[in-house]
Amino acid sequence: MQHIKVTVDGTTYHKEVEPRTLLVHFLREDLGRVGTVVGCDTSNCGACTVLVDAVSVKSCSMLAVQADGSEITTIQGVSDGNDWHPVQSAFKECHGLQCGYCTPGMVMSSIDLLNENPNPTEAEIREGLEGNLCRCTGYHNIVKSVQRAAELMEGAKS
Amino acid sequence: MIPVAFDYKKASSVQDALAALAAGGEDAKLMGGGQSLLPVLRLRLNAPSVVVDCSSIPEIKGIKDEGGKIVIGAGTTHHAVMNDPAVKSSLKVLADATASVADPQIRHRGTLGGALAHSDPRADQPPVALALDAEFTIAGATGQRTVAAADFFQGPFETAVGPDEILVSVAFPKLDGWGGHYEKFNRAAQAWSIVGVAATVRMEGGKIAEARIGLTNVGGTPHRASAVEQALVGASSIAEIEAASMHASDGLSPFADEDADVEYRLHLARVLTARSVAKAAGIS
Ligand SMILES: Cc1cc2nc3c(=O)[nH]c(=O)nc-3n(C[C@H](O)[C@H](O)[C@H](O)COP(=O)(O)OP(=O)(O)OC[C@H]3O[C@@H](n4cnc5c(N)ncnc54)[C@H](O)[C@@H]3O)c2cc1C
Ligand code: FES
Ligand code: FES
Repeated sequence: MQHIKVTVDGTTYHKEVEPRTLLVHFLREDLGRVGTVVGCDTSNCGACTVLVDAVSVKSCSMLAVQADGSEITTIQGVSDGNDWHPVQSAFKECHGLQCGYCTPGMVMSSIDLLNENPNPTEAEIREGLEGNLCRCTGYHNIVKSVQRAAELMEGAKS
Repeated sequence: MIPVAFDYKKASSVQDALAALAAGGEDAKLMGGGQSLLPVLRLRLNAPSVVVDCSSIPEIKGIKDEGGKIVIGAGTTHHAVMNDPAVKSSLKVLADATASVADPQIRHRGTLGGALAHSDPRADQPPVALALDAEFTIAGATGQRTVAAADFFQGPFETAVGPDEILVSVAFPKLDGWGGHYEKFNRAAQAWSIVGVAATVRMEGGKIAEARIGLTNVGGTPHRASAVEQALVGASSIAEIEAASMHASDGLSPFADEDADVEYRLHLARVLTARSVAKAAGIS
């Protein structure tokens, strides 16, 4: 077992983990934060996406021991407790989900995308979300959601 | 799946990593970004006894502009490489190829050194390193040595880096003023190349004066299309580029797989070479 210290959604945890524990399993099983889901065994689907030190990573493709000392944001930490994050609001408004399984990862990747590029074109959105698969929506409303989120975030700034 | 149990050692320096590899013996495995290794461990296709994490060694991270060349630390992420101003202006073909690797999440963690040391025949950066005559610095128990790209790639998943060694950095000669493009052919977003072509050209008076061409996934190792490079000299039209690119399949014996049979791969090698060169040269 190895000792790690991580801050997840604003709370700092000290835990003993087995080196082989994937970050996603640590979040779900050790911390009970089950908002982040596993969708594949091949690092393809992106359902498990979280932010580690403010950039998107697939939490199934990182070890919990590698996250030692870092700050993690999951889908459960993006809202301030009262209001949704603009990306969440936009996904609701634009019907950017159906079954919702891909949504935690889609929202986290969209936040990363908009951090890096606050005003993306449709092509940039499609490219930026290429690491996230959705079996339901055909992506159309997801793209619209990200465009709407960009407007909401731009509006919030002015 | 959950990987088979292993010990984990986070290396703080190259010396530290070499010592951990030596202590771990045959079953020790180095990890960079883990974006190729962890999927393999999750599928239990490999079961190292100890994983030596070199992703936070400061001396193998970062990009240095050293006058005539750009030296990229092996532990530099794809995201850092493709967004670096010096790489974008002096090594456009490397920036392009790197931007085509996987997806943003994987590019945030995966490293240039990891991709080159892994040397998957489908990987997009090895043909760039080959075409640009990059130089690889490798550290081992007896010190550091330098290996030319032509000697680095030895077979599918086989390179000049020994099991007890570390790739430290890769030096690329600067190609200021050259045009560059990476043409990747695949079926879906985020998919690996069925065939890819890295092209970089120097123009003089509207004509190609010099060209470097590397091909992805047309054999077990990246392929340098030297015959095309020679035939391209003097080309100034699409027709001339297409004629020179017919040599892209010279001497190739590609494999067949679910994506493409041998004939189709040879066809792709020629067609994509012409497209890639035309874009690099700005000729349409
Ligand atoms: C879904 C998916 C899609 C992908 N698509 C593409 C794609 O389209 N194109 C592409 O090119 N790649 C693709 N990749 C691979 C990706 O680019 C990896 O980031 C890269 O191949 C490995 O880099 P890494 O740092 O993560 O290496 P790791 O996974 O950490 O290591 C890979 C290998 O290199 C060795 N290694 C790592 N660092 C060093 C070092 N410094 N010295 C010596 N040996 C070292 C390790 O021991 C291991 O054998 C994809 C991966 C995934 C999961
Ligand atoms: S669970 Fe599919 S990419 Fe992580
Ligand atoms: S909404 Fe069902 S997978 Fe995306």
